[in-house]
Amino acid sequence: MQNSRRKFLKISTLGATGAALTYPVVAKGISFFKNEEPLSDDKLTKVATVCEVCFWNCAGWVYKDEDNKIKKIIGNDIDPHSNGKLCPRGTGGLGMYTDEDRLKHPLIRVEKDGEQTFVEATWEEALDLVVKNMKKIDKKYGKESLALFYHGKTGPHFKHLFQYWGSDTNAKPASAQCLITREAGYIATYGAGLASPEPTDIRNTECLVLIGSHIGENMHNGHVQDVSDLIDRGGDIITVDPRFSTVAAHSSHWLPIKPSTDMALLLAWIHVLINEDLYDKEYVEKYTHGFDELKEHVQKYTPEWAQSITTIPAGDIYKTARVMGNASPKVIIHPGRHTAWYGDDTQRTRAMAILNAILGSWGRKGGFYFAEKFKLPKHPHPPVPKPKWTWRDISQGKHKLAFAGITNEIIDHALPEYKGEHKVKGMFFVATNPLQAVPDEEKIKKALHHLEFVVAVDTMPSEITGYADVVLPEATFLERLDDIRVSQHKSPNIALRYPAVEPKYNTKPGWWIAREIGIRLGLNDFYPWENFEEVLDWQLKQVGSSMEEMKEVGVKHFPRTKPMYINEDGSHYFNTNTGKIELVSTDFQEWGYDPLPVYKSHGEVPAGYLRLIYGRLPMHTFGRTLNNPNLNDLKSEPKLWVNPKNARIYGLENDQEVWLKNPKGKVSSFSIKVRITERIRHDSVFLPHGFGNKGRIVTADGELFEMSRTYGRGISDAEMITNVSIDPETGGTGLRNNFVAILTEKPTKKEVIS
Amino acid sequence: MEEYILSTSREIYGLYPHVHVWGFPISAYLFLGGLAAGILLFATIYYLNGKEDDMPFTVKIAPIFTFGLVMVGLVLLLYDLHHVLYSWQLFTTFRIESPMSWGAWTLIVVSIFSLLWPLSYIDDIEAYLHERGWKRLDGITKFIRNVEHKWLLPRFIILTFRKYRKVAAYLMLFSSIILGIYTGILLSAFNAHPLWNNSILGPLFLVSGISTGSAFVMWLSNNHKERALMSKIDIALIAVELFFIIHMIMGMQAGTEAYRQAAHLFLGGEYTVIFWVVFVGFGLVLPFILEALELKGFKVHPALPALLVLLGGLLFRIIMVNAGQISEFPI
Amino acid sequence: MRYGMAIEVNKCVGCADCVVACQTENNVPIGYSRDWIMEKVTGKYPNLDLHFESQRCNHCIDTPCVRTCPTGASFVSDGGIVRVTHDECIGCGACIEACPYDARYFHPDGYVDKCTFCEHRVTEGLNPACVSVCPTDCMHFGDLDDPESAISKLIAARENFTILPEAGTAPQIFYLK
Repeated sequence: MQNSRRKFLKISTLGATGAALTYPVVAKGISFFKNEEPLSDDKLTKVATVCEVCFWNCAGWVYKDEDNKIKKIIGNDIDPHSNGKLCPRGTGGLGMYTDEDRLKHPLIRVEKDGEQTFVEATWEEALDLVVKNMKKIDKKYGKESLALFYHGKTGPHFKHLFQYWGSDTNAKPASAQCLITREAGYIATYGAGLASPEPTDIRNTECLVLIGSHIGENMHNGHVQDVSDLIDRGGDIITVDPRFSTVAAHSSHWLPIKPSTDMALLLAWIHVLINEDLYDKEYVEKYTHGFDELKEHVQKYTPEWAQSITTIPAGDIYKTARVMGNASPKVIIHPGRHTAWYGDDTQRTRAMAILNAILGSWGRKGGFYFAEKFKLPKHPHPPVPKPKWTWRDISQGKHKLAFAGITNEIIDHALPEYKGEHKVKGMFFVATNPLQAVPDEEKIKKALHHLEFVVAVDTMPSEITGYADVVLPEATFLERLDDIRVSQHKSPNIALRYPAVEPKYNTKPGWWIAREIGIRLGLNDFYPWENFEEVLDWQLKQVGSSMEEMKEVGVKHFPRTKPMYINEDGSHYFNTNTGKIELVSTDFQEWGYDPLPVYKSHGEVPAGYLRLIYGRLPMHTFGRTLNNPNLNDLKSEPKLWVNPKNARIYGLENDQEVWLKNPKGKVSSFSIKVRITERIRHDSVFLPHGFGNKGRIVTADGELFEMSRTYGRGISDAEMITNVSIDPETGGTGLRNNFVAILTEKPTKKEVIS
Repeated sequence: MEEYILSTSREIYGLYPHVHVWGFPISAYLFLGGLAAGILLFATIYYLNGKEDDMPFTVKIAPIFTFGLVMVGLVLLLYDLHHVLYSWQLFTTFRIESPMSWGAWTLIVVSIFSLLWPLSYIDDIEAYLHERGWKRLDGITKFIRNVEHKWLLPRFIILTFRKYRKVAAYLMLFSSIILGIYTGILLSAFNAHPLWNNSILGPLFLVSGISTGSAFVMWLSNNHKERALMSKIDIALIAVELFFIIHMIMGMQAGTEAYRQAAHLFLGGEYTVIFWVVFVGFGLVLPFILEALELKGFKVHPALPALLVLLGGLLFRIIMVNAGQISEFPI
Repeated sequence: MRYGMAIEVNKCVGCADCVVACQTENNVPIGYSRDWIMEKVTGKYPNLDLHFESQRCNHCIDTPCVRTCPTGASFVSDGGIVRVTHDECIGCGACIEACPYDARYFHPDGYVDKCTFCEHRVTEGLNPACVSVCPTDCMHFGDLDDPESAISKLIAARENFTILPEAGTAPQIFYLK
């Protein structure tokens, strides 16, 4: 008897005639249920939206059926951010609306039988309480002592409210970790920052260099699409990453660098480009200042020297530098995001900016184009009062290039040990959760305990909600109107977010909440309108458009007024002290910072520990999307990447549960499953960011608010990060000098969730 | 090192962490089908050999149980359907390539035979029961006879059946063989599972089903001659089963990686102990020894080997249904 | 006419947009998915290879699922699209067992559900939702019978593979290297 695979294939071939062998016996067609079949787009109506699931803010269309039920969200074809294609988070954006774990009504913290608890409140009660406390803080300490932390499109409503009232003590937690060091580095070099979306002309480039950028894992939509196009065109991609990232796999060159040594590689690249005459001589001549000093400066930074530091073979450093040089000026050292790493981040970004300068890519086709932003006039309002002090007084004394509030330092000013005059006594958190977004959880908790008043405005319960005195539930982006998106791009454009449906539960749009507080504070003159739609309509009419038009088109383009690329006659003026690209920064010289980037060691991984590398998953935007039913469906649980070598040392198996502990003795609240993979270096582990949620509120009536799908799943990297490396120029908070040990046994000393 | 892993969460019922849509009801359904097939097979074979009166239990009594067994099997099958309100759709078509369709229709045919066969023997059955002093069931036989006398159609059917019992026996033999093979084919038709995808599984299930049939007769028959004969037959069937099992596993070992992995489930994998010790040891080898000892004249309680074979048969199907679903092609 | 897909794994980033787009387009309940992403890593650090595969029903030429269906609920529609008529499905699970790709599952309503290649869109001349939403443009849909179609040319020009060809089902989704 033969039972090998041959038999199996024989059975298979029998099926070719399968369809013809059905013999109907009885007539069919009785149906018990009505199946929900997909609908043709003709049967759906669409409403213009701008996605709020991440900061890329793609424009799209919300499709609704006859019952006014949201069916899907699709990109707007004429939107330059998305080119008609949303990323998974945008497509799954409707889950932000449908999530049944949302904050459903205002909550107020009260004392009951000696215990603090939340009770459900009406909007009247909640807003009155907010205003009462704002006035109290004003009376005791001054308006400036009330700080605002914000993120996303709701932020401006509250930022304006605070400014109208008289406080300009604010920060975006994103800023100090994300863009501030990069923007500072570019401003010091080119006299201009990059902003968002970064004006990288990837569509025309021949060589893209990614150092600490993980396009494809960060779904920066437009750039992901651009890189895909570059792969199609057969261009070079050079990726520098200690982790075999998705884009590293798609690159022509992957340089697996030893973490924290990026500066050595950048300097060695500059060395090769200059010493082998691969740089753009004409461009350098025309537009730059300090080339000779730079040349002199990098002589000691040879690839051989860099090899000993970065563990990248010198040959590969030469090779990749030559690839860049040959592609010049159609080459981009991508500026990346989340650029605060090790505490010398403005300098590292400077090195990248310098590389771009000597390759002649700034203002060149295939390099960086000059993005243009449309000017939408502001709705008029009375003059804004001048606060006695602002975020500038907190940060700019220490960091010359802190051009936005530094969250960490504002929090420092709320600690009891702070004895200065700029005390922070109350905080508003609008669409941001500092316990996941800002490092050093213990410090934040301490600050929160000492604040007199805390308000959280958000759509979802999170850790910060549990610390608030008043919780104001906000409508999601699909239910509310926000400012017109005015974004920089090749073609200046504006986009409308219009509410697709009424706010669910007892939630309200951010503009309504801010206005109601404003009215209660007596700021009626700043809010002469009833509905925010009036403001937008006024703005649009000033530029020859209208709400009517924008609702029809979603996105509107305007003609450029300035050239997209640099003029080649050398007359381009850079907004720096010398009017040129400053390879040597004259500002830094003056302020006592290194005028040219130098390599500094950031130390080694302590014995018994592994470096904590954290990062993105393409289907999640940090912690905020983890509970989104659609996105949670894509990835519900993170895994800790461990190299097989470490797996052997620790005796780990795939999917084994482990805990983490950092050198300061901080132990993770929850466990995480192990993934043994070659994609991570032997001296590091990789932890996806944003998990390990532990926000949970129970009201006095027993109503539970938590992110039930994600509560307690995985380990929060923010919780393990206690070592913050401050960037001296900007105050940027570098989080990558953090280490963890893997615990295979459940730690006995369980950290109490306070 | 090679990794080939799911990157998105897909923890879907029945698919995660591996396919598992068929559980105990299907195993029991296969067992009951095989058992019924075995009982009917013996009944018809001995009837056709003219042993009607030599082996009364085998030919006349045992088939009484098959209708119940088949009905319970059918209920289990329907119970296992997920869209059960639509189960009537099973009987609106006959799909020649679908083992499920074969099974549904075969069960209907077999159930008709297994109902009519004992009815056609109603007098003999009553006599058999009276012989053994069983009068408690007289009410039932009386009722059946009343129906037969009062109603034209039942009388006509049963009389016709009696008249053409030989033809019916051939048809019943045929359908019981189909039922026996079908219980094995049902699994082996699923190419996606290497463990099931072999040509021995069908015959193996048939032999195992017949073995459980013989065990059933052995257990409940009061006739020593019948028991001894069934014991001998069962010894032979167990030997064949063991041969098939060894051959099946050797065949898989000789196959590609997927088949070797399937065999590994029984050769060191998670089903090793339950398969070799519990099923082969207690369900095949032990009854084999007990039956052989009994034939040699040792005193063995007749129910013991029979029950071991029956439980073994059920366990075998549970193992094959579960292990087979784990066994997948390495995507 | 035979519909098929070509997916360029050299561009796919495994973001799963295809999965969530399918879910919203086809009312796939939360907790279920008709398509999914596999990640394949080979080699040893730092000599590594990695790609993602967006997988779904392969709409095979040889269909063990259709063959094993006892009621004819599973059938091959125009263009070779393998479909399930929900009202004819009894939920016996035979097709789930028969599919080597785990492409079918029990819908919570009881019937078996699977990828339809978005037949409702395809018949209107649109791409399936997964293809149309892909930000990397790595997925292509079209007529494999027509040698002049863009997809046929793409497959002919590029080194490609199918999933589990040894299952003998002749899958109609081609992965381009």
